[in-house]
Amino acid sequence: MVTRRLFTKTAAGAAAGMILTACGPKRLYEAPRDKLKARIAEMERKYKEEGKDVKVSDAGPAQGVHFAYALDISRCIGCRRCVYACVAENNQSRDPQIQWIRVLSMEKDRGVDFSHANAYYHPAEVPEEGHFYIPVSCQQCENPPCTKVCPTGATWAEKDGIVVIDYDWCIGCRYCMAACPYGARHFNWTEPGLPAGELNPNTHYLGNRPRSKGVVEKCTFCIQRTRAGRYPACVEVCPVGARKFGNVLDPESEIRYIIEHKRVLVLKEELNTVPRFFYFYAT
Amino acid sequence: MPHKKLVDSIRLFSSFARGSAGLILRGNRAYWIWLAFLAALIVSGALAWSRQLQIGLGLTAMRDQVSWGFYIGNFTFLVGVAAAAVVLVIPAYIYNWKPIREIVIYGELLATSAIAMCLMFVLVDIGRPDRFWHLIPPFGHLNFPRSVLAWDVLVLNLYFGVNFIVGTHILYRAFHGKSYIKRLVVPLVLLSIPMAVGIHTVTAFLYNGLASRPYWNSSILAPQFLASAFCSGPAILLVVLQLLGRFTRFEIQDAAIWKIAELMAYAMFLNLFLHGAEAFKEFYSGTQHLLFTRYWYFGVNGHYTLVPYAWSAVALNVAAFVLFISPSGRRNVITLNLGCLATYAGCYLEKGMGLIIPGLTPDTLGEIYEYYPTATELRVAAGIFAVGFLLFTLMLKVAVPISLGEFTGRKESSVGVFAGR
Amino acid sequence: MHSTRSITATALFGLSGLALLAAADGAKTPSAAGPERVEVPPPPFSDGIFPCSNCHAGMTPDRQRRELTAMHTDIVLKHDETHRWCLDCHDADNRDFLHLASGERVPFDESYRVCGQCHGEKYRDWRAGVHGRRTGSWNGAQSYLLCAHCHNPHQPRFHALAPKPAPRPPRRQIK
Repeated sequence: MVTRRLFTKTAAGAAAGMILTACGPKRLYEAPRDKLKARIAEMERKYKEEGKDVKVSDAGPAQGVHFAYALDISRCIGCRRCVYACVAENNQSRDPQIQWIRVLSMEKDRGVDFSHANAYYHPAEVPEEGHFYIPVSCQQCENPPCTKVCPTGATWAEKDGIVVIDYDWCIGCRYCMAACPYGARHFNWTEPGLPAGELNPNTHYLGNRPRSKGVVEKCTFCIQRTRAGRYPACVEVCPVGARKFGNVLDPESEIRYIIEHKRVLVLKEELNTVPRFFYFYAT
Repeated sequence: MPHKKLVDSIRLFSSFARGSAGLILRGNRAYWIWLAFLAALIVSGALAWSRQLQIGLGLTAMRDQVSWGFYIGNFTFLVGVAAAAVVLVIPAYIYNWKPIREIVIYGELLATSAIAMCLMFVLVDIGRPDRFWHLIPPFGHLNFPRSVLAWDVLVLNLYFGVNFIVGTHILYRAFHGKSYIKRLVVPLVLLSIPMAVGIHTVTAFLYNGLASRPYWNSSILAPQFLASAFCSGPAILLVVLQLLGRFTRFEIQDAAIWKIAELMAYAMFLNLFLHGAEAFKEFYSGTQHLLFTRYWYFGVNGHYTLVPYAWSAVALNVAAFVLFISPSGRRNVITLNLGCLATYAGCYLEKGMGLIIPGLTPDTLGEIYEYYPTATELRVAAGIFAVGFLLFTLMLKVAVPISLGEFTGRKESSVGVFAGR
Repeated sequence: MHSTRSITATALFGLSGLALLAAADGAKTPSAAGPERVEVPPPPFSDGIFPCSNCHAGMTPDRQRRELTAMHTDIVLKHDETHRWCLDCHDADNRDFLHLASGERVPFDESYRVCGQCHGEKYRDWRAGVHGRRTGSWNGAQSYLLCAHCHNPHQPRFHALAPKPAPRPPRRQIK
């Protein structure tokens, strides 16, 4: 029986809940445009107070765009220039060292075999005899195991295919890191160490803006560049042109050409993550 | 008049509170030494945690390659301990076995303390504890039903609530010399049975559902969790009940203790069988997934950190099973307690470190980083255990006198202490 | 003369191609087939070596296949050298040009057409943007480099590079 007391109590509770949710900080996921702009202005202000003069872009996904990446493993020589270009572009912590790209040296006579891979090779020159190289970073899966396990919904796949993280919402439980089959996610175990002179001021709210300790981060296909139409930093720096990037929905794109004319493969396909990061052999 | 009733309730509660405070502050030397020991661990843990809050989780040995470790291992083990209350509830309420009836309450208090420790372990493990409220709707957003962790948050807190409500209700009513309300308690207690199975199944699913970790991605994980839970929880309880029998006027029937030990033996058998089945599958199929099991039992590529723990766990579990499967083993007080210790230690090793670390080593890209906890982790974990034990101790300090009828707020007794109405 | 006509034809094609590129909004990748000219940075000549006619205008071409001793001794040919030599690519009568197997003269900034004769697959991939390094926009203007910008046409095999430092392995102690 609904008494007046019961009704008043319930209404008060609901109102309090709504007020708290409306006033309190919320996720950036599907934030309405005007609120988003305000939040980003707030972000820029806070960064400035910390001495980090950055611009934070709020570029959203474009219509008819679904990004894909292709990496030519007949060309990669394991020089790691992509790793360091990424670190510089995306404001990754130098100390402790975070690198979103991990280049694995594999033995030619074993083929692609992670249990015999080595990320710590350091010969005088590359490529080494009898080895080939597979760089691994976030595969931007279409069926991402990481987004479904996040308990707070702090990570999700955007409409253009990029899997992003809301650094202000992540509680650092690292369940997504356990779920990722590619070791693509990285955690800020302490406060990131980024020398002021090396800060890249062109950032995106879901991408390379400065992070704090206790949150997870990963490759975002250089969202601050790609949503402005540019190639990711790794694509541009690769000296042998092993990295290709584009819109898989565009029939004229390099990616579609590769899919059509080269044979692409993905890593750990049996896990059904459907990566948008292809590996292929151009020769 | 409602006004008078409210005043009466407050008066009664304050007499209960004052009485409880009196009980807690009175004890023999052993009691105070125990409390001092726990306090020391708590202070040490608090200091270690505050440093961890300042500097970050980098103070632990966890890194990207092994991103979960000691804290989550302890969490997993303690969820099992909490689920074990059901080992008492089933014979007591389903089979209406009187000797166990009186001690169900202690199982519930244990479950409450265990869940409290679980929640603390999660709090110290997340990178941003200040943001834990992000999990709580309507302030935050709980990714239910997609995230198994969201399910875990719900069922653990629900189970905590059920055990807390039932335990405190029964005790408080007994304090008043009143019988507990059957209509409230019995459904909740019956609910706690599938819930106990539920919390540990959901926790198992946390690991089970990750295709990226072949060591965990095995259907056998949930049944194996339950089997090891049903031995490890009662192990603690048996020791505690014997201590209570020794240091207070509390009397526990031998039949109850022996029955619990017998149930533990069956659970341990299942645990060993399921481990054996898993080992067979890995070693016989001999795929690359064997690497993780290999790392745990034999080490890989010169990395042997966990091997001693693996075989200790096996030895302890087998010894416990052998001791408990024979009635004479259960009835002898020495072998009984040795068996409890062996069960607890064996399950702690194979459930805590033996589950988490091999699941993450080698990592997804084949790298081996050998994890073992740092001093910070050990201190924080010890502090959390101390808080849990302290809670349990203080609750028992009040519950036992209530159950013996020594601590009461009623004027005269007319009903048995734990009778239901 | 045949070559004059082909030069004019090439020029016309080139101009129309340029016009096409200029007119297109954010130049579209030229199709794999088709003779459209590709916009590239200047060829990587050594200092002072071009235009070749500065020296060669007055010389009589010696078509005898031999090892050079008087000049260009710094060039060691390691590119199918058992079957080919300089004048198989360089135009004997006008050293400011290369030539195709048909004899058609090709300017140095279209040298990809020469390479494409033997390396047809790479050429097709390069036109599609899949072979070789590119910078710019995935949906707009992209740069192309000449084959010669990365591959030394006389010794095309890449030299090994020194790799950048390996990642630091995870350590228990931080600092």
